[in-house]
Amino acid sequence: MIWQLDLIILTLVLICGMAAISIKDLLGAAVLFGAFSFMMCLLFAIMGAVDVAFTEASVGAGVSTVFFVAAVFRTSRSSRD
Amino acid sequence: MKYIGLIAVLLFGAVILTTSLEFPAVGDPNSPASRHVSDDYIEHALEETAVPNLVTAVLADYRSYDTMFESAVVLAAGLACFFLLRRFRRKPPPYRLYRHIDTGVILIIEKGGKEPTNSDEFERIDANWVPYDVIIEKAAGLVVPFLQLFALYVIFHGHHSPGGGFQGGVIFGATLILLALSTDLRSTLRQMPEKSSAIMASTGLFIYSGTGVLCLLLGANFLDYGILSRLLAVDPVMARSHGILMVEIGVGVAVSAVMIWIYYNLVSAGRHDEGL
Repeated sequence: MIWQLDLIILTLVLICGMAAISIKDLLGAAVLFGAFSFMMCLLFAIMGAVDVAFTEASVGAGVSTVFFVAAVFRTSRSSRD
Repeated sequence: MKYIGLIAVLLFGAVILTTSLEFPAVGDPNSPASRHVSDDYIEHALEETAVPNLVTAVLADYRSYDTMFESAVVLAAGLACFFLLRRFRRKPPPYRLYRHIDTGVILIIEKGGKEPTNSDEFERIDANWVPYDVIIEKAAGLVVPFLQLFALYVIFHGHHSPGGGFQGGVIFGATLILLALSTDLRSTLRQMPEKSSAIMASTGLFIYSGTGVLCLLLGANFLDYGILSRLLAVDPVMARSHGILMVEIGVGVAVSAVMIWIYYNLVSAGRHDEGL
């Protein structure tokens, strides 16, 4: 386990998570959430949980981002708060 | 109100962070989680189930009940989207767009206008997605078969490598979503209708629970695959491996159908006529 790589990815996870809840544009929030999921997937892979990382990559970063984009497409793009 | 929420989040975060310092280290053999059954799994899983991937052995054999109800939860999510969003009463759109295939000229037909019936020359396109991109459509159509083959590989090779029914099913559903994104919703609905996706979702769960009931009928416990050796003409250890494969196929079928079903309902707001 390379702790420098761990630290960089952990920082990116925090940045993506905070940006995803504070951004006004919901489409951007969906994309940032996908990036967050991908970084979590890398962290799982570093910790040796390859099956969990695979699930996170396919469900979290793949399909759920598409679902969020579809929901934004059918509702409004900007959040009210 | 916003500041009260912020203070509450910070407080709980501080509590969680301070308690996480007391956690055992990763891979500590004396941690409570690895003192009861995990030694048993690590030592005996290969000789009991003939599955090299421990995660698959635990997921689909030792903890099979858990996985069965997980796939039931996935089916429930699909049903929830269906019941919340699906609208069967057709509200005709204010206008429809048709593209002449040879020239690319786009016709706008107002409500009550005469719509072109010759489908060789005209093709209906979505009202809010006018640009037609031949590169995206053809490139996506080119990679989709390979992605589907990879999804099947992930399902069937879950015994030896990371992956399994859930991941492979999600990838298979994602390939159909890619097809719907690159062409349009109506042509994907013609290839994979809503009814067959609903039937496939139920069939997957039926394969899973049917495997369990088969074990019950042969005289063993529910989802105790060792007894399947009487049907499959292999020894009980290989029968457990094959039983895992059967339930993984069930999970894969259910999950892939539910993913595309949720997508249909979300992207067209339940109308199934125009979408991304």
